[in-house]
Amino acid sequence: MKENKIGNIIRSQGIWVVFIVLCIGFTIANPRFITATNLLIMLRQVAVWGIASVGMTFVILLGDIDLSTGSVITFVNVLCSYLMVNMGVPMAAAIIITLAASTLIGLLNGFMVSTIGIPALIATFATQTAFSGIALIICDGQPINGFTEAFKVFGQGKIGPVPVPVIIMILCFALGAFILNKTYFGRYFYAVGGNIEAARLSGIRTGRVKYLVFALSGFFAGLAGLVLLSRVNSGMGNAGLGYEFKVITCVVLGGVSVAGGSGRMSGVIAGTFIISALNNGMVLINLNSWIQNIVLGIVLVLAVGFDCYQKKRQAN
Amino acid sequence: MSEEYVLQLQHIRKEYPGVVALKDVTLELKPGEILALIGENGAGKSTLIKCCSGAVIPTSGKIIVNGKEFSSMTPQLAAENGIAIIYQEFNNVKELSAAENLFLGRPIRKGIIVDKKAMEEAAAKAFDQLHIKIDPKAMMKDLTVGYQQMVEIAKAIQQSAKILIMDEPSAPLTSAEVESMFEVVELLRKKGVSIIYISHRLEEIYRLSDRIVVIRDGEYVKTLITKESQVEELIQLMVGRELTETYPPRGDCIDKNEVILELKDVTGNGDKNISLKLYKGEILGLGGLVGAGRTELAEMIFGSVPKKSGQMIYKGKEIDPKSPREAIDLGIALVPEDRKRHGAMLGVSIKNNINMPIYERNSHMSVIDEKNEQETAEKYRKNMVIKTPNLNQLIKNLSGGNQQKVILGRWMAADSELIIFDEPTRGIDIGAKYEIYKLMNDLVEKEGKSVLMISSEMEELMGMSDRILVLAEGNMTGELQKEEFSQETIMTYASTASKE
Repeated sequence: MKENKIGNIIRSQGIWVVFIVLCIGFTIANPRFITATNLLIMLRQVAVWGIASVGMTFVILLGDIDLSTGSVITFVNVLCSYLMVNMGVPMAAAIIITLAASTLIGLLNGFMVSTIGIPALIATFATQTAFSGIALIICDGQPINGFTEAFKVFGQGKIGPVPVPVIIMILCFALGAFILNKTYFGRYFYAVGGNIEAARLSGIRTGRVKYLVFALSGFFAGLAGLVLLSRVNSGMGNAGLGYEFKVITCVVLGGVSVAGGSGRMSGVIAGTFIISALNNGMVLINLNSWIQNIVLGIVLVLAVGFDCYQKKRQAN
Repeated sequence: MSEEYVLQLQHIRKEYPGVVALKDVTLELKPGEILALIGENGAGKSTLIKCCSGAVIPTSGKIIVNGKEFSSMTPQLAAENGIAIIYQEFNNVKELSAAENLFLGRPIRKGIIVDKKAMEEAAAKAFDQLHIKIDPKAMMKDLTVGYQQMVEIAKAIQQSAKILIMDEPSAPLTSAEVESMFEVVELLRKKGVSIIYISHRLEEIYRLSDRIVVIRDGEYVKTLITKESQVEELIQLMVGRELTETYPPRGDCIDKNEVILELKDVTGNGDKNISLKLYKGEILGLGGLVGAGRTELAEMIFGSVPKKSGQMIYKGKEIDPKSPREAIDLGIALVPEDRKRHGAMLGVSIKNNINMPIYERNSHMSVIDEKNEQETAEKYRKNMVIKTPNLNQLIKNLSGGNQQKVILGRWMAADSELIIFDEPTRGIDIGAKYEIYKLMNDLVEKEGKSVLMISSEMEELMGMSDRILVLAEGNMTGELQKEEFSQETIMTYASTASKE
């Protein structure tokens, strides 16, 4: 067992190895890939998914899923734009109201899943459908433009050379890791995701944990939506279309088990970075976007397949 | 030369990363014999039989079936060579009939249509051969556990198994069901089937087996002729030390002046008008048949299921816990029967398992006090003698007995005063059982706790309890003081029909 150190590293840190191999590959294909400017662009592109993936990580750790993320992002886009442009609400207030609203959508998901007992797949799918409709009603199908300069900072600003969205993403990752490793409810996520009945019988109020997790997922999706809005500078009724799947890809690629109960924030960070490297690198080597989708699909299968196959072999 | 044996496992070794599960185990099965395989939990019995079924691939060693040599098996090879295994958990489909389960995976067909009638006839014949009375049309989910097991056995025979390996077959059965299972096993022996029988229950082994193979810590210990061996010797070989008593003695520590828990006409969850008193320092046994409503009573006390009516008085105050959390905060704990599903959080570390109920208490602004967390876990590893090198180890890597100690440590850490044990030693081997009993004694004797113990094992019930209450069909049917303990009386109360 000792003779195979490299093998062990690949096994335990496999996801980071994949990331590094990808980076090396793209750099060989196009040396511009590894420049600092490009790496920062790459991270800025992925910030929205990265932020939302923190909440999604919690949900998937519980063995549930949140399909409403994309819709929440769209809803937040439209709501915040409408508040600021059409109603003249000050920026700070608009942001707070928007984040509260996205958290409430999460609580609604929590209510349906925990209190009523609807499977998360269905409950959050219903929220997704309904809120994409609500978003379109608010903006009447038209883009909303005309934000203040101050609002652009979140998506377009920089601190030194580092784009603000990247800083927000890093802070969210840090917060996510802190919640999972240092707080008692972080421990509860693992316990509930691993064995909900045993968790309940050891005194965990499992219903509350579900509410909390879906609320957090709504909150982080809301934050992601705000960053997206600021970057695009226009509130649109389809802004977050399909985002939930990108976010789920980041999380699952990062090794969080869809069965619940196992996964780490560091893995999700790596997963997010891989997606960003792929997106960026494939553009740099001029792959057309249809082929890009095929590659993303294959990468997801390979990454998860590698992990599942390892587990299967260990079980024998 | 090898005609003498139908199955030989020679020098089987199995390594997992960091652990050697089996070192050099050899076992030989003669035609038409019942060979008992015994050993404590974690001794490697399951791993060994999984080598026979192909579920586990040995690191080294040989498997010889009817003279044919294999380095490892696959499920197909095992089936082709007539090896069948009856696991504790059955491989059946609850929504299909007994006949369909019998032909699961290889139904009798007419073209692409399954021939239900032919299968039912064949099933009836197969059941008949084993003298078991099962309606082939009955849905699997409507059959008792005992009958479901019979279907499994019939399936093995139907697939012309010549070597039958049974893993703790009596564990899920009632005593009547065990009897009929024995009859079937005897019948199979007469038909020339060779059987490896794994069990914790020594009396079964003495009744059924011809020879006994003992393994301990993954190592072969000894093969004995059943008739020539002694129980004491067997236990000693299994645990590697001498056990003088099955139930450790306990001093008188009951404080009759202090009632910890009093139930007055508690009704709900299938129970009717249950009244009882539990004194401080007492171990109160709850006897009865499976389904008598004992676990259900525990669930109500623990706040897991609400009661409908009646009063619960805990330490002089009326309580009505609405959730396990409330009960835990009052000082009530439950060590559940199904450890893997309800007790241990298998994918979580030992440390986290111990601290789980007290994380909120030991957090400042939601942040866990990690020093306290580590110290607590360390303290109860020592107190409960949990055998593990590392508290960050996942609990699923521990043996049943050690898992149970972790759960007990959890409730000690939570400062529980009333501990409800539901089948405290289910699936735990003899050596570890004794340790659990000692810990239970310490609880009442040294720590001043009180214990309510549900047990279906008659000896355990009588050996550990200060007093026994018997339930039948959700009613309290009898109470026995220590001097009145007898198996017959308990059984009589337990089978008392309810009076409306």
